[in-house]
Amino acid sequence: MAREIYQAIVDGVLVGGVYALMAVGLTLIFGVLDIINIAQGVLVILGAYLSYVLSTRLHIDLFVGLLVTVPAMFVIGVIIQWAFIRRLRGRERTSMTLLVTYAVALIIEGILYEIFGPNPKQLNASYVQSSVRIFGFYLSDIYLYGFALAVLMVVAIYLLLYRTTFGRSVRATMQDETAARLVGIDVNRVAALTFGVGVAVTAAGGMMFGATNSFNPNSGYDLISRLLAIVILGGLGSIGGALAASVFMLTVESLVDIWSPEWAIVVFYAALVIVLVIRPTGFFGRQPVRAQ
Amino acid sequence: MTALLRTEGVRKAYGGVHALDSCTVEIDEGSVAGLIGPNGSGKTTLFNVITGYAKADAGQVYLADKRITNIAPEKVFAHGIGRTFQLTRIFASLTVLENMLVASKHGGAAARSRAMEQLEFVGIAGHHAALAGTLSYGQRKLLELAYVLVSDPAVILLDEPAGGVNLSLVNHITDRIRELNAAGKTFLIVEHNMEFVMGLCDRVTVLDSGAVVAAGPPAIIRTDRRVLNAYLGDDLADDDPHPGEQA
Amino acid sequence: MKADTVKAEEATARTRAASVSRQRVVAGLALIVLAVAAIEFPLVFSSPVVTNYAIYALIFVAAVSAWNLFSGFSGYISLGHAVFFGSGAYTVGIAARDWHVNGVAVFALLPLAAAVGAVIAVPFGLVALRVRRHTFIVITIAVFFIFQLMAYNFSFTGGSVGVSAPFLPWSPTSFNDHFYYITLACAAGTIVIAFLIRRARFGLQLRAIRDDEDRARGLGVHAMRVKLSAFVLSGTITALVGGVWFLYLTQVQPPSGFDPLFDLSLVLMAFLGGLGTIAGPVLGALIIEPGQLYLTIKYTNGYLSEILLGVLFLVIVLFVPRGLVPTAGEWIRRLRTRGRPASGTVSPATSAPPAPPEASEAPAREARTT
Repeated sequence: MAREIYQAIVDGVLVGGVYALMAVGLTLIFGVLDIINIAQGVLVILGAYLSYVLSTRLHIDLFVGLLVTVPAMFVIGVIIQWAFIRRLRGRERTSMTLLVTYAVALIIEGILYEIFGPNPKQLNASYVQSSVRIFGFYLSDIYLYGFALAVLMVVAIYLLLYRTTFGRSVRATMQDETAARLVGIDVNRVAALTFGVGVAVTAAGGMMFGATNSFNPNSGYDLISRLLAIVILGGLGSIGGALAASVFMLTVESLVDIWSPEWAIVVFYAALVIVLVIRPTGFFGRQPVRAQ
Repeated sequence: MTALLRTEGVRKAYGGVHALDSCTVEIDEGSVAGLIGPNGSGKTTLFNVITGYAKADAGQVYLADKRITNIAPEKVFAHGIGRTFQLTRIFASLTVLENMLVASKHGGAAARSRAMEQLEFVGIAGHHAALAGTLSYGQRKLLELAYVLVSDPAVILLDEPAGGVNLSLVNHITDRIRELNAAGKTFLIVEHNMEFVMGLCDRVTVLDSGAVVAAGPPAIIRTDRRVLNAYLGDDLADDDPHPGEQA
Repeated sequence: MKADTVKAEEATARTRAASVSRQRVVAGLALIVLAVAAIEFPLVFSSPVVTNYAIYALIFVAAVSAWNLFSGFSGYISLGHAVFFGSGAYTVGIAARDWHVNGVAVFALLPLAAAVGAVIAVPFGLVALRVRRHTFIVITIAVFFIFQLMAYNFSFTGGSVGVSAPFLPWSPTSFNDHFYYITLACAAGTIVIAFLIRRARFGLQLRAIRDDEDRARGLGVHAMRVKLSAFVLSGTITALVGGVWFLYLTQVQPPSGFDPLFDLSLVLMAFLGGLGTIAGPVLGALIIEPGQLYLTIKYTNGYLSEILLGVLFLVIVLFVPRGLVPTAGEWIRRLRTRGRPASGTVSPATSAPPAPPEASEAPAREARTT
């Protein structure tokens, strides 16, 4: 029994890493643009499909393929922000961005259905099925690589935010858009590029998700709901929070799964509600300085 | 004279920044009190603590004999303390009259006529049907004053009422404050406009870095060395002659 | 000079009063015509296919009006109202099944559905309304998923098979007609409630919360109480409508009772018509629901309907951002005041500072409208 529990914790942490990869982009977008990108779920799936195409048609290794998909998704992200989101202003901004990102999600989902059909796909590679045994626990190879990838990406984003001029502009905009504008930061450019980065990360998340789950265009719904829960729990805008929350929630779900797979998912969402009752800003959320 | 509004040793820190440090202020009933100090000295923070928009880390706030520390804004309002904001906050999608009715305790025709009275008093009654979002900056300031008055508070906190408006409007506001004070209302006013403060207030408290450095009648305050230090910095203050010495 | 100004003021006030009462008469007549048309509708268009569209449209008119009286007025966008809708549906179904209620008596279960909606709304609201608006939206999504998953998992909800409604002793033709009037009553009732709220102090407080919640609290508005009351009222009505929907459709399953697109449709309808207005969401529902239904029926296989829905969203948000009703209202106002000097409408840009009360009226009157 104890062994099962420890295995579940290990599994939860590793899967949490994959989800962190997807959630980090979402929380970054929220922190800088102050919008909830509902399309993030479907974009992950899009990333999975891109990896699928590269892998099955061009026989490119999944991780190598990221060199193509990550920049591609970056461009897609910038286009989405520039074309649709940039011009949204005014009081109804919350509901407007909600509708717009949901609309984009629906359109992408519909297009994916048309191209790939509803049958589930899965990404395959030699290492997807294999696993190593450490201290008597099974660690799936793909999850280890995925966890490493997640750590790599988070470090990369951290370096981007804290060691580059661009990153400084991003952080300034996050804190006070007007002030950032006043010191000459091109806020529109920062917004577009940040959105691009947030979406680019989903390419990696998509590849990982596709390698560890079977997916079809409809998978985006469940995914975005989980990602939203994770991001809120971690604190909107906090990258460390997204990481912590991913690991936490997936571990909890993994543990409950031992007893009852059906209720594991409910617990996932219930955990969100419970934590928010105790701490409305999430794990590492900032105090709501803005008047609501 | 009894102190109607009193803070005692209030402390408030934001992260590592001590916005208020053992702040003790007393406002007598029926007086017009001024609160001045350089930027960042904690004036608005003190307002926020008094009116429940910020929680004090330590210290107490008293209204007459009642302790009102850290209670919710709507309860502070119910106790009879009204306040305006530095950057005017009005309900943009509601009409001017509707803005007034939000603050009214009851509805109905009586509330409406009282609201119109207040609008007349500040001078924007003609705009009662306009959307508040379309008002000019000066008109918004008057609206804020009006809707704070509608519930007949005993104490009124004004955060930079003369900020950013032209001279005739400043005089207009000053006259209104004097009228209300003559009718028995107590005021605590934060302002940077020295003429405004010195001309209007009975007693002035000076904050610097969250602590009270001086308190007293305007004539004494304006020559107080500590006040000059606070605004100008130690070196400059020592060199400048006292304004009182210039004649 | 002063006497002339006073006379001019009086004259303008009189014409203003006259035009307002004229507007009221016109609005009243329009409502009567609308009411008559609504009542006569099934007699003129008796085909069940047509009345089916009407019934769905009316169900959504009621649902979106209920949603709007909370979300539209307060500004807290709820994506979890399907929780109430589905719960209402399931309540009627489970009660009818377990208490062996048959025939027309099932309608007596509707108040129960409403009560269940209220009971769910209280804890739901207490948790969800304490947080910022963005977080609120996500909590409503989370609670929605919890309910949908519970519907799948619990045995008393019938799992993925769901619950069926008992048989109603109505002929196929009168079935639709009866439901038409029932849903018409629901829709009309909800609209009236929304209207009354908007005019009341309660509605004013909600709208103030929407504009600046903290400021409203500083003026004595008990924000939590007001928000929660509106949320509970909204949830209660939505649950009732869900019960009616269930009886019409005669079945409910987890994905249909707790449909992720339900709330999105409500947001779109309210947004299209004008968030926070009374007529706006109604108009939005009347336009979008028949359209959505049509697409679902016509393109059961394809995913074209999803793409179209997405494109429709984008078009609406980008081109009619304030909604049809406010935009139309502006056009009408602009048409009417074209060429005429400002009469009664106030210039937003008086550059002169407000002088002492007596003289402030005149300058405002003479200024031009933007």
